[in-house]
Amino acid sequence: MKDTTGIDRPIIALQGVEKYYGDYQALRGITADIGAGEFFSLLGPSGCGKTTLLRTIAGFEAPSAGRLSIDGRDMSRVPANRRPTNMVFQSYAIFPHLSVAENVGFGLRRSALSKEENSRRVGEALEMVGLGGYGSRAAHALSGGQRQRVALARALILKPKVLLLDEPLSALDRKLRETMQMELRKLQRQVGITFVLVTHDQEEALIMSDRIAVMFDGQIAQLDDPQTLYRRPVSRQVADFIGVMNFLPAQAEAQEGRQVAVTIPGLGRAEIDAEQVPGGLHPGQAASVGIRPETMSILFAGEETERRVAQATVEDLAYYGDMTYYTVRMRGVDAPLTISMKNLVGRPVLARGTETRVAWDARSLVLFA
Amino acid sequence: MSDTGSRPRAGRGEAARGALLVGPPFLYALLLLAVPLGAIGLFSFWTQDYLTLDTTLTLKNYREAFTEPLYMQLLLRSLMISGAVTVATVLLAFPVAYYVSFHVRPERKAMWIFLITIPFWTSYLIRVFLWKVILGFNGVINTTLQGIGIIDEPLRFILYNANAVVITLAHAFAPFAILPIFVALEKIDRSLLEASRDLGETHVTTFLRVTLPLAMPGVVAAVLIVFIPTIGDYVTPRLVGGPNGLMIANMIQTQFLKLNNAPMGAALAVLAMAMVGAVSLVFLALTRRYLRGRG
Repeated sequence: MKDTTGIDRPIIALQGVEKYYGDYQALRGITADIGAGEFFSLLGPSGCGKTTLLRTIAGFEAPSAGRLSIDGRDMSRVPANRRPTNMVFQSYAIFPHLSVAENVGFGLRRSALSKEENSRRVGEALEMVGLGGYGSRAAHALSGGQRQRVALARALILKPKVLLLDEPLSALDRKLRETMQMELRKLQRQVGITFVLVTHDQEEALIMSDRIAVMFDGQIAQLDDPQTLYRRPVSRQVADFIGVMNFLPAQAEAQEGRQVAVTIPGLGRAEIDAEQVPGGLHPGQAASVGIRPETMSILFAGEETERRVAQATVEDLAYYGDMTYYTVRMRGVDAPLTISMKNLVGRPVLARGTETRVAWDARSLVLFA
Repeated sequence: MSDTGSRPRAGRGEAARGALLVGPPFLYALLLLAVPLGAIGLFSFWTQDYLTLDTTLTLKNYREAFTEPLYMQLLLRSLMISGAVTVATVLLAFPVAYYVSFHVRPERKAMWIFLITIPFWTSYLIRVFLWKVILGFNGVINTTLQGIGIIDEPLRFILYNANAVVITLAHAFAPFAILPIFVALEKIDRSLLEASRDLGETHVTTFLRVTLPLAMPGVVAAVLIVFIPTIGDYVTPRLVGGPNGLMIANMIQTQFLKLNNAPMGAALAVLAMAMVGAVSLVFLALTRRYLRGRG
């Protein structure tokens, strides 16, 4: 596990947190610090333990082993209702018997505010999520997007140290989801509260997060900022989960200083930063390299490049409007590769079966042991 | 309203099919419910003159019902007894329904509901007699308590009075109260309870602020299901009620079968029905805010 924390002050500290359900181990030793004011995402496929981890932070699950502290306080004996965290549930969990204002003000009862103060704060919270004037509506008459905003206002009104979001956008349609992603990000910067988001959508995690913990099988596979995660995934599994990655078999040749020379059938010899594989590679060892679709390009007639070039045939293509995704077959490479090209003005879309040249760069190769 | 002319044409086939579906049960209800009800209503405005039925319409029976203290006393007592039965039944049913809904593993719930219906496996009459055996002068409770020396003389307040009626009816109607409450509790999204905890409420306050209000439709249904039929029950008061545990239905039965005064019996029946209807409507009005539609 790689942990390049650039955080000033941890608000959540997880140390070897484990969780068993009977014989099934849902969390296998989670150690991580989440920084104050950070937008932190837990990303992984379903069943990877990300929701269990979030629920552990919220206090709905007790860890079987390990320590969890929030803002320096050990949480092992603190029940959910006394933790400085609030949650936006996947189902939003809007109380159907209460109005919008009563939902948003639900958690204020214990602070025993005056009626005026209470409704002022509810009004502010609704204003903040863009639902000003909706207070008297019945909660069950809201749309999905509005319910989500109510859930958000209801959690933020209590000014928690940490806001936990359990796949809050997964029930929304694409357009609304994209709007909410930007709004959530903006809101987080505005209130300065730490957000911990659980999502299975890698794009959502990349767009919104300061840092992302990619989880597989109850463990954190990689914890990094979005760019590092995308450009330098530490394993094939992570690389495969984040975006599209072409994998090619490779063989280590020799290590010269901080560079390791690999031979890639079809592409030839390339020098790659040896630090990518922490354990190093010994000569002759089989490995694989990954290359992102957008780091390769198809050379159209007459185009020249200083990058390295290989011959290929267009096998298939998918036209997305702004982009075209080509599936190409390169000589000497077993697996087809995906290359994405921006559809710039005057740039043709190649037909299936076209012979073409592909430009690539050794700097964009990622090496996996 | 210019488009109404075209609507019946489009829906005529559907309407005919609907009528065909609704027809038989409607006819059944008409013959077995509406006609007898109408007959009772009509009878209540007639009078009995020894052996002949006087069919001139009059309010004499109602006047007598309101002026004769015995009738009002019986009506009031019926109201008190079925009120007590309802309160006892619903209060005891709620924890059972709550336990089955929240603490029984999902795959076992069907079995628990099945077990709750066990009292229905024997006849109502046998169950009432069973309570006589349990509550009687030489019954299970008295012999046990005397045997272990807690009491010297048999308790007399547990049989042949209103208490016995309440106990027996509460037992008989328990499943009717448990089931609607159970269904209402089952429908509660469990994440609502977690949300309440997350927002700072304890288990107890979560119950009061979320679980109970959301279970109210079930509680209201249970109250009505228990209250409405118990007020007209006459088997239980006859068998375990003694002279002070008799209810209005016993008087109605007496009027019809013993005193041969069907019009008076009918008037009392109409009054009892009106009272049940009025109490139920008031109750529904009081609980209306819990019964609003929700998504």
